[in-house]
Amino acid sequence: MLKKKGILHELNTHKVLYLMLLPTILYFLINNYLPMIGIYYAFVQFDFNTNLFDMKFVGLKNFEFLWKSGKLLELTFNTIGYNVVFIVLGNVLSITVAILLSELKGKWFKKITQSILFLPYFVSFVILSVIVFNLFNYEQGVLNTVLQQLGMEPVDVYSKPKLWIFFIIFFYLWKNFGYSMVIYLASITGISEEYYEAAKMDGANIFQRVWHITVPMLRNTFVILLLFALGSIMKGQFDLFYQMVGNNGILFSTTDILDTYVYRSLRVTFDMGMATSAGVYQSLFGFTLILVVNSIIRKINKDYALF
Amino acid sequence: MKIREDNTARWFRLIAYIVVITGSILCLLPFLLILSASLSSNESILTQGYSLIPKEFSLEGYKVIFQMPDEVLRAYGVTIFVTVAGTALGLLLITMAGYVLQRKDFKYRNYFSFFIYFTTLFGGGLVPYYMLITNYLKFTNTMSALIWPSLMTPFLIILMRSFISSAVPDEVIESSKIDGANDFVIYYRIVLPLAVPGLATIGLFLALHYWNDWFSSALFISDPTKYQLQFYLYNIINTSAFLTNIGAGAGVTLSEGVPTEAMKMSMAIVVTGPILLLYPFIQRYFVKGLTVGAVKG
Repeated sequence: MLKKKGILHELNTHKVLYLMLLPTILYFLINNYLPMIGIYYAFVQFDFNTNLFDMKFVGLKNFEFLWKSGKLLELTFNTIGYNVVFIVLGNVLSITVAILLSELKGKWFKKITQSILFLPYFVSFVILSVIVFNLFNYEQGVLNTVLQQLGMEPVDVYSKPKLWIFFIIFFYLWKNFGYSMVIYLASITGISEEYYEAAKMDGANIFQRVWHITVPMLRNTFVILLLFALGSIMKGQFDLFYQMVGNNGILFSTTDILDTYVYRSLRVTFDMGMATSAGVYQSLFGFTLILVVNSIIRKINKDYALF
Repeated sequence: MKIREDNTARWFRLIAYIVVITGSILCLLPFLLILSASLSSNESILTQGYSLIPKEFSLEGYKVIFQMPDEVLRAYGVTIFVTVAGTALGLLLITMAGYVLQRKDFKYRNYFSFFIYFTTLFGGGLVPYYMLITNYLKFTNTMSALIWPSLMTPFLIILMRSFISSAVPDEVIESSKIDGANDFVIYYRIVLPLAVPGLATIGLFLALHYWNDWFSSALFISDPTKYQLQFYLYNIINTSAFLTNIGAGAGVTLSEGVPTEAMKMSMAIVVTGPILLLYPFIQRYFVKGLTVGAVKG
């Protein structure tokens, strides 16, 4: 007889479950864990003709080039800055609208508006680039058409990097807030009516009910969305930036993030050394950042810690 | 007894209506803009710019696309194949994993959950990934290159895990185990039927992702007959912008033969249409399907 509680026993009693989980585990091993070995690419002189471990070891030289390019600070600042704004504004907006929507009367009105608010999530980023071009293009863009009709000078938006900070944030929210809004809405619907009834009996007005019942009940959902958002704080939203800005160098000072930089190094300038070292920097920096944030949260309140 | 609505509630509702209606309008406008442009004559776009209502109604954009349908249809074919195959396979793997990870008697479920979640925290970066797909898995110019990268994401697995654990009571699983059903039979006969809203929701996210994907083509496909629809559109947009720029520089209007602007917009509508049509059928499952519970377990 097998000893109870041993790993073999566990494998044996649940062999079907393990078999069902196996493809997923293999997928993540190959797709996500295997490329971690490839971090070694950052320390070699890249050569298409040989295997990874036959390439010439160059130590930190690739990182040195990256540092000397002088773009690292700007890229890091842009990447983290945008993501923090996305997380904060995105959550505030989607929680607010979810609450407002949940308090509305009228089944049809609710259904239709909810669908409309979720609609932009269905649009591909390629289409988003069409929309953006539609709005801002110098000759036929809506913005300039309207400005000219009002008797004002047209604006060449594509040469004004500062404006793009707002555009990118706006279109991020436009495209993504409906998604998290529906997730929040789902958890609001899960809150038992009894809480609200009881609060009403106690004379709580609608603001008090929202603040003391709905908002605290959304904590779990918020934490889990935050968890995933933090995981991608150094990457994420590549499509948005790349499709909105493309390879328009004039705008890079405010719109270039690590992801777009790595992609261009790989596909446009074919600078594999730069691309890998930037990627490694991105992963390590992001990971350290999350560990630090997590340990701070753990100190404040253990329940809120991510892991 | 009905409790009387107080004044604050009326104010609250008024604000709610204003915010929700304004938001809806902002969400709809860009669609109308594209739709209107796709129905305008190219000339009116070039001379008077884009507008919300077509200034000169015309179907020439659509006509151009359907005059040479071969390429569009091929890109459609690739995208439909990838979407159907990817969604089906992804759903199978995600539901199995979600089911196993929510089983309370599955001892190492938290370790496995973390094993999956960890990949969102740390990764090799784009270059090692690119090398994995092209040099080691040898997926270049195959359908696998389009399907493999988006098959599963940690978020969808956790979503499915939470959904199953809230939709399927533990007792149901327990009692079927006592009846002698094996774990796969329980999954297939009991869990899947109860998880339909979750399946619809996550299936839609997968389908949406595959339908909207352009990045896999950009990275791994060099054979134009295997471009996904979105990447095909992306190329049209960039080439036609390129052509217009050259034309403008040389003082020639290239647009006479090809209604570039109108055609781009019509193409955008043709590309987006199918997935928008899918939406109303699945929408009713959403609020039911999107239950998220903790990763920590």
